[in-house]
Amino acid sequence: MANKELSLKELEAKAKEIRRLIIEMLAKAGSGHPGGSLSAADLITALYFNILRFNSQNPAWPDRDRFHMSKGHCCPLWYAVLAQAGYFPKEKLLTLRKFGSILQGHPDRVTPGVESASGSLGQGLSVALGMSLAAKIDKKDYRVYCLLGDGEVQEGNIWEAAMAASHFKSDNLCAILDFNGCQIDGKCEDIMGVQPLSAKWLAFGWNVIEIDGHNMQQILSAYNQARAVKGKPTIIIAHTIKGKGVSFMEGVVGFHGRAPTQEEAKQALRELAE
Amino acid sequence: MSEQFYQRDVYGQTLVELGARDKNIVVLDADLSSSTRTNLFAKQFPDRFFNFGVAEQNMMAAAAGIASCGKTVFVSTFAVFASGRAWDQVRVSISYNNFNVKIVATHAGITVGPDGASHQALEDIALMRVLPNMNIIVPCDGPQTASAIMTAANHPGPFYIRLGRSKVPTIENKGEFKFGQAQIITEGNDATIIACGVMVSEALIAVKSLAQKGCKVRLINMHCIRPLDSAAILKAAKETKLIVVCEEHNVIGGLASSIDEIVAENFPVKVMHIGIRNRFGQSGEPEDLLKEYHLSSLDIEKAVLSNIVRG
Repeated sequence: MANKELSLKELEAKAKEIRRLIIEMLAKAGSGHPGGSLSAADLITALYFNILRFNSQNPAWPDRDRFHMSKGHCCPLWYAVLAQAGYFPKEKLLTLRKFGSILQGHPDRVTPGVESASGSLGQGLSVALGMSLAAKIDKKDYRVYCLLGDGEVQEGNIWEAAMAASHFKSDNLCAILDFNGCQIDGKCEDIMGVQPLSAKWLAFGWNVIEIDGHNMQQILSAYNQARAVKGKPTIIIAHTIKGKGVSFMEGVVGFHGRAPTQEEAKQALRELAE
Repeated sequence: MSEQFYQRDVYGQTLVELGARDKNIVVLDADLSSSTRTNLFAKQFPDRFFNFGVAEQNMMAAAAGIASCGKTVFVSTFAVFASGRAWDQVRVSISYNNFNVKIVATHAGITVGPDGASHQALEDIALMRVLPNMNIIVPCDGPQTASAIMTAANHPGPFYIRLGRSKVPTIENKGEFKFGQAQIITEGNDATIIACGVMVSEALIAVKSLAQKGCKVRLINMHCIRPLDSAAILKAAKETKLIVVCEEHNVIGGLASSIDEIVAENFPVKVMHIGIRNRFGQSGEPEDLLKEYHLSSLDIEKAVLSNIVRG
């Protein structure tokens, strides 16, 4: 269970701590995806520590809220949050991407707290939709949250899921779109334009909330608004900065899928110091 | 003439039975429920049926999500779409997760007939067989379809069950269905025919004709392609020296390849392949297509007679 609600200040500190862990893990692993992990860090920290209903000592608790990370390459963020939430010891984080680790390069159910594998983009919203339908079948009140990337919405599967979630009136489903504007090959708008995002989701029948994805107040308020909306799913379109929190990574496309060197990690950790 | 059933009718009826006794059964379809016969379940249990429209990728990944919450999910569409259109969703969200999703794909093989090549799945077994965790059953007739569906419901993990479009004759004397255990339909040591699905009845015609020519052929119904009954295959290899494999599927990657892999590694004997060779299908009636693609009982008989090991 989200044990006690953290204050905005505490959440901000927690997010900073999560960012430090992400840098440490990636530097140790020598490969992985810092950019999108850092851009979504505030969103997912707020979700796990103030919103999500879970029990890290009993990951299979049937009434838990579900979180699924559809943009699976940002799993360093997920792992850091899960460790902080007590799903497994923090020391495990330094085994990321190593042979035999419970922390695979992309999400795998071997990790306590991971509901479903991901990594092939575009499938996760459908998986989350399935979880939300299961809740309706069982008349349970758990909610389902799903983190999407903005490059990811170029996948057709996303729009199949968007259409269906609206058709099935899945108001227990909340998608979070980490709108950092970058993908591997460049800026989304140069590679394959995704705008106007808000109008697209509105046209598909979703409740759309646009926020600054680094403002804890706005993030919490969006999750609470989403919970109150009935009859349709909600998407929180969160405007973020890729690599947020590390000056030389911010907005830099190159850090989508490259781990920091030891030197870069040292500087990043200095910037993220308490 | 034995009785004939549509396998998909049996599937729909079996789903209704399952649904009545187990509230954890959930069924999904992609705008083909009247063809796959999941509409029978939909009518009885509307709260546990979801029509995903023409969107198979979404349906497969959503099936994974529902299964992750403790449900047994049956998901149906035509075999071309179930295997090809949504393969990556089946790979990552179902097979890799090892979720309890039962893919029941209808309208498989060349005997789909008039719909033509786009709708004739000739590569679905190959596509499913390379996925770890995936169990594969190709039932030969109506009654066996019921057994396959019940088996899938009772065994954890993902299944791919391949059904045809047309009516198929019920194969007599095949005995009880046991998961992972081949069925010996006829005994014989002159040669072995291993077949699955609708090809079992075609092979049986060949076996009867060969018997009149003094040739005693062992006919094996290999309904389970995963797990595969390698013991029955090796016994046949040792005792009969010739294996003819029959499937309405590409000769690459399906039942024939499964047999080859076992035989080549353990006890090499000649294995002949009756299947589709490097061609797409086309429109036509099933019997015409079976002849055109060399899948008829006459082709099977010829393959046995030309390759039999004498003495």
